Amino acid sequence: MSRIVRPYGDTTGDGMVQMSFTLPVPHDKRAEGAALQLAAKMGLDGAMLVHAKPIGEDYTFFVVYGATTHLVNLDEVKVVERDYPHFSPKEVNDAVREKLGRKLTVVGACIGTDAHTVGIDAILNIKGVAGEKGLEYYRELRVVNLGAQVSVPDLVNRAVDEGADAVLVSQVVTQKDAHLHNTREMSAAFREALPPGRRPLLVVGGPRFDEGAAAELGVDRIFTRGTMPSDVASYLVHRLVFSRADS
Amino acid sequence: MSAPHLALDPALVSRARALAARAAQPVVDLARSHTTVSVERATLRLAGLTGADPEGIPWVNRLADAVAEQVGIEHGIALPVFHALADHPDLTRLAHAAAAGGASFTLPTGPAADAARARASAAVATGFDRIDASRARRDQLVAEIGDPPQRPWIYLIVATGDIYEDIPQAQAAAKAGADVIAVIRSTGQSLLDYVPEGATREGFAGTYATGENFRLMRAALDETSREVGRYIRLTNYASGLCMPEIAALAGMHRLDMMLNDSMYGILFRDINPIRTFVDQRFSRQVHARAGIIINTGEDNYLTTADAVEAAHTVTVSQLLNERFAHEAGLPDALLGLGHAFEINPEVPESFRLELAHALLARTLFPDAPLKWMPPTKHMTGDVFRGNLLDGFFNLAGLMTGQSILLVGMMTEAVVTPWLSDRDIALQNVRYVLSACAGLAEDFHPPTGGFIANRANHVLGEAVDLLGRIVDDGLLNAIADGTFGIMKRPADGGRGLDGVARRADDYWNPATEILDLDTPRIDEEAAR
Repeated sequence: MSRIVRPYGDTTGDGMVQMSFTLPVPHDKRAEGAALQLAAKMGLDGAMLVHAKPIGEDYTFFVVYGATTHLVNLDEVKVVERDYPHFSPKEVNDAVREKLGRKLTVVGACIGTDAHTVGIDAILNIKGVAGEKGLEYYRELRVVNLGAQVSVPDLVNRAVDEGADAVLVSQVVTQKDAHLHNTREMSAAFREALPPGRRPLLVVGGPRFDEGAAAELGVDRIFTRGTMPSDVASYLVHRLVFSRADS
Repeated sequence: MSAPHLALDPALVSRARALAARAAQPVVDLARSHTTVSVERATLRLAGLTGADPEGIPWVNRLADAVAEQVGIEHGIALPVFHALADHPDLTRLAHAAAAGGASFTLPTGPAADAARARASAAVATGFDRIDASRARRDQLVAEIGDPPQRPWIYLIVATGDIYEDIPQAQAAAKAGADVIAVIRSTGQSLLDYVPEGATREGFAGTYATGENFRLMRAALDETSREVGRYIRLTNYASGLCMPEIAALAGMHRLDMMLNDSMYGILFRDINPIRTFVDQRFSRQVHARAGIIINTGEDNYLTTADAVEAAHTVTVSQLLNERFAHEAGLPDALLGLGHAFEINPEVPESFRLELAHALLARTLFPDAPLKWMPPTKHMTGDVFRGNLLDGFFNLAGLMTGQSILLVGMMTEAVVTPWLSDRDIALQNVRYVLSACAGLAEDFHPPTGGFIANRANHVLGEAVDLLGRIVDDGLLNAIADGTFGIMKRPADGGRGLDGVARRADDYWNPATEILDLDTPRIDEEAAR
C-alpha cells in the first residue's frame, strides 16, 4: 500500500482542502484576487473562492476550496512523544484513589519577591485556565495554595507540615534571573531539610524557564508557557503514583 | 414582550423563597456587623482619593494601611483619616505623609470627632454626587439614543490586555450588533488586594479593571452609541478582594452592568467567606445606588459539576443571590441572574432539559433581566459542531425569553475569539433572533409534560437543598462543600486578615448613606 497520501474530498487523490481566513482589506475584486493569490502560494491548485464577506469596513472573511499540490509521506512523519502519558481528571482521581489509597497533597506558591500568582493560580485554582479546571477540581488531590511572596524557609516548613507529595513553584518575574536564583535556593533548601526518600517532588513553572534545565536547577520538572493543569496533574500521577507503584 | 408560561407549583415557589430568606439572614447579619479593608478603601475612593505611589500601590491602600496599623479598622477609618486631615492640605498629601510614616492617626472624640465627621460626610457626598450624576446621564442617554430594539440584549466579550486595543474592538463589536460589551479582566486581578491605577496596556488574558480604563471605554462607547443609534452598555467585574472599590469606581464612571456574585469568590477563588459577604453587601448597595445591573455567576457551577445533576444548585444560588440583592436594595430590574446551556449534548433529550431549566429560571424570576450563558464545557476543537451547539443555545434563549444573551463562540475551546469568530457568532445570533422572533409567545409547554415536570422536579430538589442549608447554616454548607465541590471554611481563604468585627462606635459615612437608601425587608420572618 502506498505510504504517500493527499487530502481526500470525494475521490481518492483529489487533494481537496477547505480553509477560511480574514484579510485586512475592504471587500472588493482586489480582495478576492488577493485571497486566491494567497491560496495559490499555500499550494492550492485551481482554488475556488466560495465565500467572501465583509467584516466591518476594513476586513474581509473568505472560504476557499482547492486541491493541494503537496504530498505527505507517512514514513517520514516524526512524532515527539511526551515522556509521561496524559490523563483525564477522572483517570487522575481513579489512579490516586486505587493505587495510592489516600489523597495526594500538592503545595503551591510563588517564592521570593514574585507577586505574580497568575501562573500558580491558573494551575491550582478551580477556575483554571482556558476552560480547563485547576488542580483544586481534582477530588483526590489536596491542594494548599500559599499564594505570593512566600519565603523559601516558610515553603519548606509548610511542605513538611502538610506532608506534601509535590511542591509546585511558579516564577514569573525574571529580572536579573531571579527565577533561576529562587529555584536553586528552593531546591537546595529541600535537599538540606529532607533526606531523598522523603523529599516531595519539586516542580517549577514559568514562561521564561528552559524545560531542559531541571537537573541543573535541582528540581524534578520544569513546565513552561502553555502548560495546562491536566499536564501537571498527569505528570504528578505518572511520577508519584504509577512510577512508585511499579518500583 | 410576551413571557412564556410554565406551571410551577406555587406552594413550592413560596417555600423556596422563604427558605432562601432564612438561609441568607445569618450572613446578612454578619455582613452588617463587620467591615473590611476594601470597604474602608472604597470609602476613601468615594471621598475622591485617587492615584498611586511610584510602585503602583494606590494611595487609598497606603492611607488605609497606616490607619489600620495605628488604630485598626474596626471603628471605620473615616474618623481617624478626616481628623488627621485637619493638619494636611488634602487627602492625597495626607496619604503621602502616611506612607512616609509622617502622619499619626487617632480616634477623635467630642468636638474634634464632630468636625471630622462633618468633613468626612461632605467628602464622601461628592462621590455619591458623581454616582448620581452618572446614573442620571445614563438615563438621559438611553432616552435620547434608545435601548436595543430587541430582547435578548446581545452581550459580547473583548479581552486583549491593552485598553487601547480593546477600544476599537469594542466599537467594532457594537457596530456588528453587540448591545453590551464586557471587558474581561486580567487573570489574577481578583486576588490583588489593590486596584491598579491608570490606563493599562498589559494584562494576562484580559485587561485590568481600573478607574481610567473604565472612563476611556465608556467615553468611546458613548461615541459609538450615537453612531449605531442604541445605547451600548459596558460591563466589568466587581469581584475578588477589591469588590467594593471596583463597585465604587464603576458607579462613578458609569458602567452599566457588573459581574457580582454572592459566592463566586469564595468557591472559585478561595477568598475568605466573611470577607466576600461583607464586600458583597457594600458593592451591591453601591450598584443599587448607581442603577447598575448585576450579573451573577451561576454558570460556574455547571462547568464544575454535571449540568443535569447540579441543575438545582443553580436555582438555589439564584434564589440566594436574589435575596442578598433585595436585602442590599437592588430591585428585580437590576438583577441579572445567571444560568447556562451546559448539558452534555450526548445526553438524550438534552435540548428539552435545557428548555426546562431555562424556563424554570424565567418563570421563577419574571422581572429579572436574566443572563443566558453559552456552552463552554462541551465545546471542543470541532468548530462546526460548536457552531451548531451555539445555534441551539441561541434558540433556547429566544424560546424561553431570556434577557441578556452572552454570545457563544464556536472557537470557545480553541483560541481567544478572532475577528471572524465574532462575526460568525453574531451571524448565528442574528439568524435565530430573526427567524424565531416572537416564538416565545407560541411556546407553552403543557402542564404534566416533560418540560413542566422537569422544571418542577428541579425546583423540588432546590427546596430540599435550601432546607439542608437552613438547618446547617450557609457558612457551614459552604465549608462542607455543598456548592461546586469546594470546601471553604469560614476561617480560611484569602483576605481574612482584612476583615474586622465592627466596634460599637463604628462609623462610615458611605455605609451610613447606603443604609439609608436600603429599604429594610421582611427580616423578622427570616430569623
